[in-house]
Amino acid sequence: MTRPSAARRGREPDPGFRRAPAALAVPAILGLLFLLLPLLGLLVRAPWRRIGTVLTQPAALTALRLSLETATASTALCLVFGIPVAYLLARTRFWGQRAVRALVTLPLVLPPVVGGVALFTAYGRTGVVGKWWDRWFGYTMPFTTTAVVVAQAFVAMPFLIIAVEGALRAADRRFEEAAATLGASRWTTFRRVTLPLVGPGVVAGTVLCWARAMGEFGATITFAGNFEGTTQTMPLYVYRALETADPNSAIALSLLLVAVCVAVLVALRGRWAGVG
Amino acid sequence: MRIRSLVSVGLVALVSAGVLGACSSSSSPSSSSSTKNQTLTVLAAASLTDTFTQLGKEFEAAHPGTKVTFSFGGSSTLAQQIVQGAPADVFAAASPATMKTVSDAGDVVGTPAVFVKNQLVIAVPPGNPKGIQGLSDLTKPGLKVVLCDDAVPCGAAAQKALTAANVKLTPVSKEQDVKAALSKVSLGEADAALVYRTDVKAAKGQVDGIEFPESAQAINDYPIAALKASKAPDLANQFVQFIQSPQAQQELIAAGFQAP
Repeated sequence: MTRPSAARRGREPDPGFRRAPAALAVPAILGLLFLLLPLLGLLVRAPWRRIGTVLTQPAALTALRLSLETATASTALCLVFGIPVAYLLARTRFWGQRAVRALVTLPLVLPPVVGGVALFTAYGRTGVVGKWWDRWFGYTMPFTTTAVVVAQAFVAMPFLIIAVEGALRAADRRFEEAAATLGASRWTTFRRVTLPLVGPGVVAGTVLCWARAMGEFGATITFAGNFEGTTQTMPLYVYRALETADPNSAIALSLLLVAVCVAVLVALRGRWAGVG
Repeated sequence: MRIRSLVSVGLVALVSAGVLGACSSSSSPSSSSSTKNQTLTVLAAASLTDTFTQLGKEFEAAHPGTKVTFSFGGSSTLAQQIVQGAPADVFAAASPATMKTVSDAGDVVGTPAVFVKNQLVIAVPPGNPKGIQGLSDLTKPGLKVVLCDDAVPCGAAAQKALTAANVKLTPVSKEQDVKAALSKVSLGEADAALVYRTDVKAAKGQVDGIEFPESAQAINDYPIAALKASKAPDLANQFVQFIQSPQAQQELIAAGFQAP
């Protein structure tokens, strides 16, 4: 496997890298500007002078902590259940597999608010499953922190599944076959050979999944509601701040969210991500 | 990055800014000089959804060639949208405070006029299964109560009423607008919500309304005003007048609103 960086180090100009034709360069630059200008806007408009006081408001800190906790919890859920799903999709054959794959990735394209409504119909107090929880255990999920985690996991899991499934398909199966011929059970092979092989894919999927969970808004506000300390995550708090008297604090808090996400991406790329 | 490519980036940015600017400036004169087919955009409080939709149709009928489009939502959301430059002609808010956000920003024509008042009730599932009689019943343990967010007029009114009743209440959620609060009850997910009398009436039996005395101390005035950004100021003004006409007032009162 030759990495682009290795090729670039050579003295001869690599035939793989050349100047892009203007027909591509111009829209590419426009596209980059389109993506970067809003971030620049946040930087320019941020209330730098009182950013310290804005960011250390107890309500903002509560929301940030809740976001970090729920996003991490939902990512853990996605790993526990998403990796097996990816394995089933990539390595086994069963009837209706293509339909299952399409359905699994549906939350990816579904409007999150619709996801929230769907979660109500499943886990709400009158929902298909939630009805029985309420009747048997007196437990109702909506308006709890658990509901936030469930909403986040629902929208974020496809990111993980797709990344891991792709990695599983691309992985060299000969290592697994070798392990099997040496007497390893299928579970041992999965743990000791397959998982390490697809490690970079799992990391990439985890990062995407976590970031998506951090940013979750629609499904959360629909299914989990909005209350400080229990369900008001950072995106909900930013939205509320924008509407109340203080849009400046919304800008500052948005910037903080951007910083958190960038930090995570950078940290993971630097550490162990073999992607890109 | 080489200097040359930096220069080209700068050029592209300049050109694109110019193109975008040209687009926006060329479109404005054509739309403002339109004669017959006019569109009126009204931003209105969520509690006005049903009545204003109906009144909009009547206004269209009385003004052939006019199309009235609505955006309903929490008044604080809408106020923010107007301040941020949303292209709208009329704003009808559920509280003077949210209207003030807009008029303070200088986005309003003239002085906003109060056209109706509205009062809170407790929305409960049909038949009132939890036997709620007043505000103090809402603090019963295990009861899931939903309020509007403090920034939204119905939330501000709810806080006022709760203070007047000296009731300390922890809701399970603070919703974005009154219809969102109401839907949590009609969906069966919440046991009670503080909403307007008009919302219960508009829900047509999906919820019951429980009146409580303290709501008299938290009555909301609904102001309406034409907006400076309007490209059809005459039409906007006519709509504001129409909402205050006896015909419209009659329908608003039939829906449960009170005369100003």
